[in-house]
Amino acid sequence: MEIATHSPLLELLNGFIVELRSAGLPVSLTENLDAVEAVKHIPIEDRETFKYALAGTLVKNHSHWKAFETVFEVYFSLRGQEYELVDGEWESDDTATGEENQQEGQVPGQGGSQEGLTQEQLAEMLFQALAKQDRNLMRTVARQSVQRFAGMEPGRPVGGTYYLYRTLRNLNLEEVLDRLLTSSADSDSESDFLEERLRKDEYEHRIEELKKEIEAEIRRRLVADRGVEAMAKTLRKPLPEDVDFMHASREEMVALRRAIWPLTRKLAVRLARKRRHGRKGPLDFRRTVRHSLSYGGVPAEPKFKYPKPSKPEIMVIADISGSVAAFARFTLHLVYALNNQFSRVRSFVFIDGLDEVTDFFENVDDITEAIHRVNTEADVIWVDGHSDYGHAFEIFEEKFAKDIGPKTTVIILGDARNNYHASQSWVIKDIEDKARKVFWLNPEPRSYWDTGDSIVGEYSDFCNGTFEVRNLKQLEAFVENLV
Amino acid sequence: MSYRFNEVNKVREDLRSVEYLADDGIAGIVYLADRLQKPILVEGPAGTGKTQLAKSVAEMTGSRLIRLQCYEGLDESKALYEWNYKKQLLRIQAERNADESNSWEDLEDNIFSDEFLLTRPLLEAIRSDDPVVLLIDEVDRVEIETEALLLEILSDYQVSIPELGTIEAKQIPLVFLTSNNTRELSEALKRRCLFLHIDYPELEREREIILTKVPDIEENLGDQIARVVRTVRQLELKKAPSVSETLDWARTLIHLGVEHIDAQTATDTVNILLKYRSDIDKAIKEFSSDEDLNSPVSN
Repeated sequence: MEIATHSPLLELLNGFIVELRSAGLPVSLTENLDAVEAVKHIPIEDRETFKYALAGTLVKNHSHWKAFETVFEVYFSLRGQEYELVDGEWESDDTATGEENQQEGQVPGQGGSQEGLTQEQLAEMLFQALAKQDRNLMRTVARQSVQRFAGMEPGRPVGGTYYLYRTLRNLNLEEVLDRLLTSSADSDSESDFLEERLRKDEYEHRIEELKKEIEAEIRRRLVADRGVEAMAKTLRKPLPEDVDFMHASREEMVALRRAIWPLTRKLAVRLARKRRHGRKGPLDFRRTVRHSLSYGGVPAEPKFKYPKPSKPEIMVIADISGSVAAFARFTLHLVYALNNQFSRVRSFVFIDGLDEVTDFFENVDDITEAIHRVNTEADVIWVDGHSDYGHAFEIFEEKFAKDIGPKTTVIILGDARNNYHASQSWVIKDIEDKARKVFWLNPEPRSYWDTGDSIVGEYSDFCNGTFEVRNLKQLEAFVENLV
Repeated sequence: MSYRFNEVNKVREDLRSVEYLADDGIAGIVYLADRLQKPILVEGPAGTGKTQLAKSVAEMTGSRLIRLQCYEGLDESKALYEWNYKKQLLRIQAERNADESNSWEDLEDNIFSDEFLLTRPLLEAIRSDDPVVLLIDEVDRVEIETEALLLEILSDYQVSIPELGTIEAKQIPLVFLTSNNTRELSEALKRRCLFLHIDYPELEREREIILTKVPDIEENLGDQIARVVRTVRQLELKKAPSVSETLDWARTLIHLGVEHIDAQTATDTVNILLKYRSDIDKAIKEFSSDEDLNSPVSN
């Protein structure tokens, strides 16, 4: 009985979970069952709660939220109270926001609705929606403008971003923002700078909301046109931890940068923990006897001395040449983050020359400034600005290797594409002899290693570990394995 | 089986009555946790009310709150139960003096009984007769091996003590685990929990929180505070202001008799909101420089 009544929903849920799995989210069987149980308690009409209920049972990692949300919007976009998939859905929605529409003399109904509206009227509606932050009006504007400007045709094999771009171009939001700002400044003459600033943020926030509405509208139409599975597949994007450093888009780079912070904190915690619980020291006789008093003189609980924790020292040596440009950008962020977590980090960058950049990162609150200084001031070019690991390592050996002690962990970042120069791998061997650990992180897929001019193999003989680190997941695995 | 809550909206209203403003996600998950009898793993930035949620739920359901604060080196003798050595030793000694006739088996049964058991938070939550809310705070601080201690209690609500057998829960406690995400929790643990991420609140919610939590605050000022905080959070900071810091700031402004925040007041008091020198400098720059007015905020 229960199953019978829920069966269409269950079917939808199944498809939904299959799609989540294909998007890379790890959904276990237990979690699947939990979700099935959860939807019995939360009605689908309560859309937001329904969404959170599914997320709570299925998604156990906050960085997966975005991926989850996308799939959710696709699968349940045609459901929920304001999204009912019945004939004449347009009417039901337009009447809800009817007041504004009626003054425009608009006829509700698909296709017909925009004829009555001139461009100016739509712009006015848009302005009003943003000025008053009227949710319903925003949604109506979103629908109208998508219908009008996106030029969506059934079966057209174009992605959602194209339609989004077309719609936004026509709405001219920059201008609307200016207008909003001037009109609110007029109404309130005694505003100071801060107030203006806040107001601008507020309007920008509203415009973001509108964009989201437009995106949702486009997605909804695409789903209606192409079907749920196909759409979900088109919209599938790699999870943040799977994004390749080398090919990350600007937006993804921002997300990655945010993700690095917790990661370095993890690294710090890991190293600290290792220090404290690594090994037990010799018996602490005094404390053992002292403690035995509570057991009537029986030394029931032996106490040990713990080794004095030493502060970890880290040396990062990073390739910032063109071949790893994207990775290098990321690397510098990592170095910066490390600098903030550990008191003793020394950082070096190289191309065919090598320079210490520790100072650039110290007491700098703006990472872009630090990166700029690294790129302009660091003396990393020796001859022609093509990677020469051998020469760079020689400089390192000459100038800095003496500072490596038994507590130092050396992390080298680079693809080891040496342009057929001499490898000078003896330097790495020397470093390894002196340092606690030497790790090499390579941003190239393992299958490319030691092909062409890559000589990572020659170096890795002398490293305590060589890791392929192309995405956050791999970087995280490296951090986890550090112990 | 009786549930604590009848519907999601009721949860939200009840939470509101104890001055905790929940959004759809929070209310929904709390409701679901009760229905599915599952623990909630609450994650999110520091100072967004993760621990407070457990406290508020306890308050609104009239349950006792049992709290287990996690730390590195926590073990079962601190989390689950421990035998009271000293008492056991005394018992044995007393026995020896009295007479020799008692067999070791009797004695063993005797010293491994309830009387010598020291209950720790987890066991206490299970054995309690009255309804309890169990809060396992900052679970990410324990080592990954120690997490295993929690698994039995989280999935089956029972504790196995070799000498006594399995102790089952008299009532199913509502369990909250909080994590600051300093490390990845194990899959096994996550699988057993509902996951709830509490982020910094949206503008409207934050404003409401300010108005509820800070007595005598003008709506105008509350609104402005919420908006300033949102702007500040959009900057790239080492540590974004938490809700509790927002509230501190609001209270300070009240004490200072501020009715309207201008750039000067904001600059003077921003050190309550932000704790790093570099963050403060950055915020002050944002508050006052005019040239930034026309360039969009980077986010």
